[in-house]
Amino acid sequence: MEYIISVLLSGVSVGGQYALIAIGYTLVYGILRLINFAHGDVFMVAGLMGIYLAAVLPITLSLPLVIILTVLLGFAIERVAYKPLREAPRMSVMISAIGVSYLLQNTATYVTGGQPMTYPTIPFLSGTVDVAGTQTKWVVIITPILVLALVFALTQLINRTKVGMAMRAVSKDFETSRLMGIKINSVISVTFIIGSALAGIGSILFFTNYPAITPMSGAMPGLKAFVAAVFGGIGSIPGAVIGAFIIGIAETIIKGLPSSWDVSVFSDAFTFALLIIILVFKPQGLFGEAATDKV
Amino acid sequence: MEEVLHIDSLKVSYGGIEAVRGISFHVDKGEIVTLIGANGAGKSSTLRTISGLVKPSGGKVVFEGNDITGKDPTEIVSKGLMMVPEGRRIFPNLTVLENLRIGAYLRNDELEQDIETVYGFFPRLKERSWQAGGTLSGGEQQMLAVGRALMGRPKLLMMDEPSLGLAPIVVQGIFEIIEEIHKAGTTVLLIEQNANMALHVADRAYVIENGKISMEGTGRELLENEKVRDAYLGSKG
Repeated sequence: MEYIISVLLSGVSVGGQYALIAIGYTLVYGILRLINFAHGDVFMVAGLMGIYLAAVLPITLSLPLVIILTVLLGFAIERVAYKPLREAPRMSVMISAIGVSYLLQNTATYVTGGQPMTYPTIPFLSGTVDVAGTQTKWVVIITPILVLALVFALTQLINRTKVGMAMRAVSKDFETSRLMGIKINSVISVTFIIGSALAGIGSILFFTNYPAITPMSGAMPGLKAFVAAVFGGIGSIPGAVIGAFIIGIAETIIKGLPSSWDVSVFSDAFTFALLIIILVFKPQGLFGEAATDKV
Repeated sequence: MEEVLHIDSLKVSYGGIEAVRGISFHVDKGEIVTLIGANGAGKSSTLRTISGLVKPSGGKVVFEGNDITGKDPTEIVSKGLMMVPEGRRIFPNLTVLENLRIGAYLRNDELEQDIETVYGFFPRLKERSWQAGGTLSGGEQQMLAVGRALMGRPKLLMMDEPSLGLAPIVVQGIFEIIEEIHKAGTTVLLIEQNANMALHVADRAYVIENGKISMEGTGRELLENEKVRDAYLGSKG
């Protein structure tokens, strides 16, 4: 029983961390119809920045700075690598995204020398707490709560504010949005800023729980968060969050099965098998909108 | 008469093909001016260029004395030039009320009065205030598109084919509203293939053929013109 609770807790926590990355994919896709392949690597760079900043600054300064710098990175990537291609075919932008992804990975290799880097201990997150007789790290408890609070704030922003309304309008129709006086590029920048901020927060929660960061550390969580976004219906924020929680929990359960069964090594393959099954039955994902708009 | 819009030898090309080949016309304050012409004559290109969506290859667009040629749509909208785009282009995922509010995107003042005015023109929209724009009928969407543009308090309202794809009875209603809006003090530039309707409401009209203006006159003059009757009004003209 205690074991089950600890597996579930950890699944919810991993799911929450995927959710923070998945929102970045789904927001950008919703507006630009672009799979931002660099997003997972932005997440990894955020992790590395957390290490380097913590070495010179107290945690109370370094963590907010990680989020700010991640936002700047996301903003800069959009301006430099995607904006000039606004009129280009979507495939070109995607290739630009892949290019940025490798640039970030290679730069990380250059800076770290390819050595796994140890994430600093963040006192508040790494401390343990007793839940139903199980010793659990605080981060496991805090993650889902923080994720839900952030998702709530984000949906309020999108549904109730002027910039949120502009985001929804731009996601449907660039040209008509421009005729309303909306600056498309500003709205797109806001989207990247939000996505990157969430990835920055996600990196703090995620890497606290992992022994080390390598330049490839963004690839797998990024890919899984992307799967979660597709799974939930790409473009839908609730979809991305629920998809991320499902994948996080499912993955942790598989990893937690008795080792004599020898299935834990397949946990990643399972994630993708799950995606394929869902897409066979629901090609739009759980909450994706069917592409039929009345004109 | 005070000139609101002045177009001087406007040229628009797409990939080397000239769609608009040196058009000049003007709209005075308080007028309804219409551009009529066949499909592909260059009407929409002209309007899209005035609104800033398309950059002209030559010529000049002057709005209230300011040169707005090739300016960004945001800047053009901010000067008080709103467009009702072809095909209505309602935001299907926004509610009716949000569609109206987004028409006033660049305004920071109180909108309640304007929303009431628009609902006064279109009581049907008020009933559907919380419905998603995409669930409205074609006629209702056209009302919403017009209402949305009015929310920007336009000094000049441009309409691209408001009758397109609507039932005749609905078209009648839309044109009555255009006249009502005009009486309430808005200057209108209207593009139409439905020349009969357009010429009946217009103070002045221009006929566009192959990217050039071939005729101009008051609405009544062109309604009675033999050539216009043959080419654009059919036998019933």
